[in-house]
Amino acid sequence: MSEVWQNQSALPGASATGFARVDEIGLRGAIVLRGDLSSSAVKNVATGIGGVDMPGTLGINLVEERAVAWMSPDELLLMMPYAEVDVALGQIHKTLEGQHYLAQNVSDTRAGFLVSGARAREVLAKLTPADVSPDAFPKGVVRRSKLGQVPAAFWLNDEGDIEVICFRSVAQYVFDLLANAAKAGSEVGYFSIPD
Amino acid sequence: MLMLKCPYCGVMADETELSAGGEAHLKRFGPQSSAEDFEGYLFARENPKGVHVERWRHVNGCGKWFHAARCTLTLEVFGTYSAQVTAPPQDIRDAIRAKHPDWRWRDMA
Ligand SMILES: [Zn+2]
Repeated sequence: MSEVWQNQSALPGASATGFARVDEIGLRGAIVLRGDLSSSAVKNVATGIGGVDMPGTLGINLVEERAVAWMSPDELLLMMPYAEVDVALGQIHKTLEGQHYLAQNVSDTRAGFLVSGARAREVLAKLTPADVSPDAFPKGVVRRSKLGQVPAAFWLNDEGDIEVICFRSVAQYVFDLLANAAKAGSEVGYFSIPD
Repeated sequence: MLMLKCPYCGVMADETELSAGGEAHLKRFGPQSSAEDFEGYLFARENPKGVHVERWRHVNGCGKWFHAARCTLTLEVFGTYSAQVTAPPQDIRDAIRAKHPDWRWRDMA
């Protein structure tokens, strides 16, 4: 029953090039972890799996394919290689047994895109009410907001390299939005480009 | 455009990131209450041309409910505050009364 969508990302290989590039990122492991973020057990298991320090409010810490993102005062998104999710989830359940928490594998319910290029910020700025200026949206910040009509979250992997996640059911819509906003000739030039 | 600062994540959220939740600080009347009280709980709402206290949810953001005090006439925002209170906190009352010295809300002092 599950072969159709498991082990395959939402839009494998989808890619568009304009004044910025848009690429689907492919499969990645993702776990929603909800609980008391001040509890040391929650912190330890999150940072252990994410391989990075605990982020503060609106923070994301990442290294290669791993990340811990602050999603709300009681929610983290843990990211890791797709093949490692089951082991990580088992580790969470084992560590937090008896505590008030929720952990859910959401790898196959999300889609991810990379928006790259010196004007990558501009692609996002056309689509979201969130402030994506360099001051408000530097590396290390994750924003949950909207792209067009749907919820999405985004952060910088590096300057000119923005990662976007959304629900898998709206992957095509979000890809089309991003590709359209990145069309060559539609640059606005609002943000100054870093050297 | 209305923008409110979410007290939970600190984001200055645009109206399109938010979902309106109606009048704040309603007292619930459920089973065993009088018909008048139950009707009031369900249907009777303040509708001032002026200061209003409201519930909002940062739905396309951190997901949390919070409270806001604003003026329906000028759209001035007096402040946003925690959902875990049953009346506007003192700093919010002070901010409102600085502009509207005689402000009262239902039966709150
Ligand atoms: Zn918020």
